[in-house]
Amino acid sequence: MAHLNGSSDGNFRVIGTRPIRHDGVEKVTGQALYGADYSMPGMLYGKVLRSPHAHAKIKSIRIDKALKHPGVHAVITGADFPEVKGVMAQVGELVVNTHYLSLNVMARDKVLYDGHPVAAVAATSKHIAEEALELIEVDYELLPPVMTAEEAMKPDAPILLPELRSRFIAHRTDPGSPEGPDRPTNVAAHIQFQRGDLEAGFKSADFIVEREYRTATVHQGYIEPQNALAIYNPDGHITIYCSTQGSFNVRTLTASILGLSEGMIRVVPAEIGGGFGGKTTVYLEPLAVLLSKKSGRPVKLTMTRSEVLRATGPTSGTKIRVKLGATRQGKITAAEVWMAYEAGAFPGSPFAPGAMTTLGPYHIENLKIDSFDVVVNRPKVAAYRAPGSPASAFACETALDEVAEKCGIDPLELRLRNASHEGTPQPAGPPFKKIGYIETVEAIKNSDHYRSELIGKNRGRGVASGFWFNGGLQSSATVNVHTDGTISVVTGSVDIGGTRAAMAMIAAEVLGLNVTDVRPIVTDTDAIGHTDVTGGSRIALATGLAVYDAAHDALRQLKQRAAKLWEKQPEEVQFKNGVFTASGENAAPLTLKELASRLARTGGPVTGRATVNAGAVGAVGNAFATVCVDVEVDPETGKVQILRATIAQDAGRAIHPSYVEGQMQGGLAQGLGWALSEEYVYDERGVLRNTSLLDYRMPTCLDLPPIETIVVEVPNPSHPLGVRGVGEVSIVPPMAAVANAIYRAVGVRMRELPMSPPRLLKELMRKQGTSVEQQAAAAD
Amino acid sequence: MHAINYESPNTVADAVKLLAAHGEQARPLCGGTDLIIQLRAGVRRPSYVVDVKNIQEMRRIEFSMQQGLRLGAAVPCIEIYENSDMRKYYPGLTEAAHLIGSLQIQSRASVGGNLCNGSPAADTTPALIALGAKCRVIGPGGERIVAVEDFCTAPGRTVLQPGELLVEFHIPAPARNSSDAYLRFIPRNEMDIAVVGVGAAVTLDPSDDRISAARIGLGAVGPTPIFAREAAQALVGKRISDETIERAAQLAIAATSPIDDMRGTAEFRRHVTGVLTRRVLAKAIERARAAQTSR
Repeated sequence: MAHLNGSSDGNFRVIGTRPIRHDGVEKVTGQALYGADYSMPGMLYGKVLRSPHAHAKIKSIRIDKALKHPGVHAVITGADFPEVKGVMAQVGELVVNTHYLSLNVMARDKVLYDGHPVAAVAATSKHIAEEALELIEVDYELLPPVMTAEEAMKPDAPILLPELRSRFIAHRTDPGSPEGPDRPTNVAAHIQFQRGDLEAGFKSADFIVEREYRTATVHQGYIEPQNALAIYNPDGHITIYCSTQGSFNVRTLTASILGLSEGMIRVVPAEIGGGFGGKTTVYLEPLAVLLSKKSGRPVKLTMTRSEVLRATGPTSGTKIRVKLGATRQGKITAAEVWMAYEAGAFPGSPFAPGAMTTLGPYHIENLKIDSFDVVVNRPKVAAYRAPGSPASAFACETALDEVAEKCGIDPLELRLRNASHEGTPQPAGPPFKKIGYIETVEAIKNSDHYRSELIGKNRGRGVASGFWFNGGLQSSATVNVHTDGTISVVTGSVDIGGTRAAMAMIAAEVLGLNVTDVRPIVTDTDAIGHTDVTGGSRIALATGLAVYDAAHDALRQLKQRAAKLWEKQPEEVQFKNGVFTASGENAAPLTLKELASRLARTGGPVTGRATVNAGAVGAVGNAFATVCVDVEVDPETGKVQILRATIAQDAGRAIHPSYVEGQMQGGLAQGLGWALSEEYVYDERGVLRNTSLLDYRMPTCLDLPPIETIVVEVPNPSHPLGVRGVGEVSIVPPMAAVANAIYRAVGVRMRELPMSPPRLLKELMRKQGTSVEQQAAAAD
Repeated sequence: MHAINYESPNTVADAVKLLAAHGEQARPLCGGTDLIIQLRAGVRRPSYVVDVKNIQEMRRIEFSMQQGLRLGAAVPCIEIYENSDMRKYYPGLTEAAHLIGSLQIQSRASVGGNLCNGSPAADTTPALIALGAKCRVIGPGGERIVAVEDFCTAPGRTVLQPGELLVEFHIPAPARNSSDAYLRFIPRNEMDIAVVGVGAAVTLDPSDDRISAARIGLGAVGPTPIFAREAAQALVGKRISDETIERAAQLAIAATSPIDDMRGTAEFRRHVTGVLTRRVLAKAIERARAAQTSR
């Protein structure tokens, strides 16, 4: 493929500029249609009855009273769903077992978390639907809830899924083989990577740091709740409007859950109010389809915030142990990492991507990583920005800070001494291609922020790095040349981070157009070739590659048309700065606009097309980021204020720098919330207590400083434009950076997230040799 | 389908008549920032909602150095913040009102509603207690006056009987050399609910830097907002010093009976009660000293 000859020289006309996004006006004026904005004539409103218990058998469900309630048109339960064989489906970076997905969408004989759906109703109004839910009688037999990986891994732990057996995975592409005795377990899988001689590595170390860490379950916190509107046509065709990161995923997963062929379903992706990985699976779509089929009417379901928090996929809480050995000179000689990821009610935590990324920034010869996928009575996790990597980075990057301290080396210098570069084996084995990790560390080292002096009591500065491999996957694109010489760029990639603008810019670059002459369109599953999820930081990279190829395809055809007009050979036609030329007579130069107006005479319209599997063509570029954070701790309350934050990230090539910076800032902001205030709080019965954004505390703008960004551009050698993908890695370093900054501010090492005021105060008291309890007791 | 009747009377008498007629089935609505959420969550299911925002008597702020303050129960928090008398003479209550939610919420929410919701974590209640505010309550049986510290009886419950309406607050004029302050602890910087709230009002004797009067109100550290009587009493007649303030802080902690919940542990709340009491007293004293020169 011609376009894979390596990176371009960076001499661009459109790429690297900051045009106004094409979808901006309709979004800021409220014209853009989000999922919940769609309505159809005769439409019914659906509501879901959810389990109030964390773990229980369903002995019976009675729906007759609800069905008789005036205004109710349909009620569904698990009995309405077909039995689904366990098929593994790739959804973004994660693999989904469709049998378990079906059980997650609607419980059958067992509920496995607070909020697990047990029935759904369609009625003429939301209020009637809500009343009908109260008329459904469910008889539960309570079982003991298992809330943490630690409890779930105990030999005598109550079992969530009786048929579950553990799998051992020895390398990245290993499908796995049975592990341990053939008996029920809550451990779905165990992945292990190792290289070198661990024992010898630790023996050659001058220092060993061995620590244990915990991270809390956290939610992506997208502002728009999930929604789905389904229309079941009497001919069996189905249309679904919904908020999703992957319309094709919704089609595949809904079809597999309902036993339908994919071709019967058309999914129209609405504008999306955030996803961060959480909208890569289905919750409401299959329910809406079944309710529409039963009632014969369009049915819309919209989640409340409480439903979003209770029942959509957050990311895993974890327990992690890290052991690092290092020489006095700061050379890491060996590393051993043990990680347990809580998957929620069904297998499928990011335990494998966690293992594939942990310590990725470092060249460590003697390495062993064990990672476990553990089911617990919490909602089944979904992808969340660099799934798996942030928790392991929190553990490893704070342990590294201790190593730097023991060696008496600047923490950035320690990272440089061990930094991964081209040829370094990744944790999972294959060597890195050209990467920009060292450049991100150097960028922070040379930043105004890092070079400034931090003055004041109880203040500290911390740094940390992160790695995310990024995704490739499949994309399709069409470039339509209009008769006036403008074009439309059609893709199936839902636009979360400003990718419409990026796609338009790539096409404009190739075709010599102004970006305003390009209309980027995101279309439905029947109107474009297969396109995988907007996830894995892959849209600018993979869909961008498809757009780049489709634009070149259009250009190739346009050259043929010019050649036809001029009665020359296509290869004689040159294209530069938007003008077609050829030497010799009868070849007056033509602008694209002039040529476009003559297409009818040369054979009809021109449409450029391309499809890619960016993974298969090796275009994926690995991403690194390094973060520096200044904090001030209130030593009397344990409250942490973020004073300043800077991130340096390798984008490969920034197509639209504003949206690259936006991704960097967004991930860092989410990481600061993960660090300080976000967590799921369950009571002793396993019922989620904080089901609103008042008590599930994401940072507001008042909690964040202006976030400084340094875009590093080490072009991805496998991508024609040098793009790596920028959506995720920014969330990986912040938690450790904050923990390291807290240590430098007040001298305590925080090893559990979130580092909330009560937790930090407890550590501060412990350091002073008193406890909060003692202090309070002294007052009585 | 459960229907709700919405009424919007223009006088206290009409409002009381409606509330009395429907008893437990009726609920007054002011800004609705608590009630509407409770309706959605199914916590309350009234059949009648009586909107009191259009009763002028409940919307006034009247202040004089002779009469003190009459603060209508339905005055939106934003109007308190925008009132120069409030900012000058009751800065603690003003900052409490200004901490509630966003500007949009402050434009709806009222101090009266904040108290009637009966939450132990209400931000304005400790500030009102510190100022010695009294509630004027009108019901079918006539009128009565209730001290703010006696108003809440349990989480979500108050002394109001069916048919009774909180109409306004009476707050004494500030003494010379006095001021107030309110501080709360929240994990975030804004848009949050108090884990601990402390209000304090102090009057200084400028001749020898002694405290001649003090009141302290505590929020979110017991089933109801708390008047920390002994903590305040320990300050009276004492010269201002770290020891005096520390003693008050310890007595404030002793007045609490907090619980563990998702917003904080009991131990953390006790500890932070002490921290905030020290800080809020320092702030009120500083303001009172400034008042000596400015008034």
